[in-house]
Amino acid sequence: MTLHTLNRAPSDTALLTDCLRACSSGDTLLLIEDGVYCALAEQPIAWPAGVNVCALTADVAARGLDSRLASSISQVDDADFVQLCCEHARVISWY
Amino acid sequence: MIFSLLVYAAPHSHQGAESAYRFAVACLAQGHSIHRVFFYGDGIHGASALAAPPQDEPNLPARWQALAQAHELDLVVCIAAAVRRGLLDANEARRYEKPGHNLHQGFELSGLGQLAEAAIVSDRMITFGA
Repeated sequence: MTLHTLNRAPSDTALLTDCLRACSSGDTLLLIEDGVYCALAEQPIAWPAGVNVCALTADVAARGLDSRLASSISQVDDADFVQLCCEHARVISWY
Repeated sequence: MIFSLLVYAAPHSHQGAESAYRFAVACLAQGHSIHRVFFYGDGIHGASALAAPPQDEPNLPARWQALAQAHELDLVVCIAAAVRRGLLDANEARRYEKPGHNLHQGFELSGLGQLAEAAIVSDRMITFGA
């Protein structure tokens, strides 16, 4: 299982497409920095089946998006980020 | 678990520079060890002793140095990426006959071999991109 991190907004469609194509069932996708804009409820993204999508709390809060996230996306803090790195065999950063 | 971090993001240009620092703090707080932090590409600007951000903004080179001191971290800056961007230590300043040097205390210039070694030795290598 792989942990993917994505740090760009969905307006970077090529990066988002490449990232989603690389995600397999059982992987986790962690949205960080401007990547948290991919979690907005008003612009739902078709996440690949079986992929756990979460967003980094501090980056969500820094952008004032707390109340605007899609309900399917959980928030994780910096400690959880480290924990996710341990739980997955490898980490791929999309940027 | 043994972590290493690879930092491509430059402070004040990309949040990745700060994300890497935050990750390192969280990592150490959980008792993991950080084998090396490798600064590459524009990320080398995070090791400048001459950066003078406003007082209400984080001074990342100083923060890294303090963290490195507390936890004996190995902060390595890619020498080729650094020298071509004007980040020099005393040796390189002498070699290129430059009037000054600006590598922050706590960092060292070295080659890509240090990145390869970190990838081999560490359980996880986390990249913070620009």
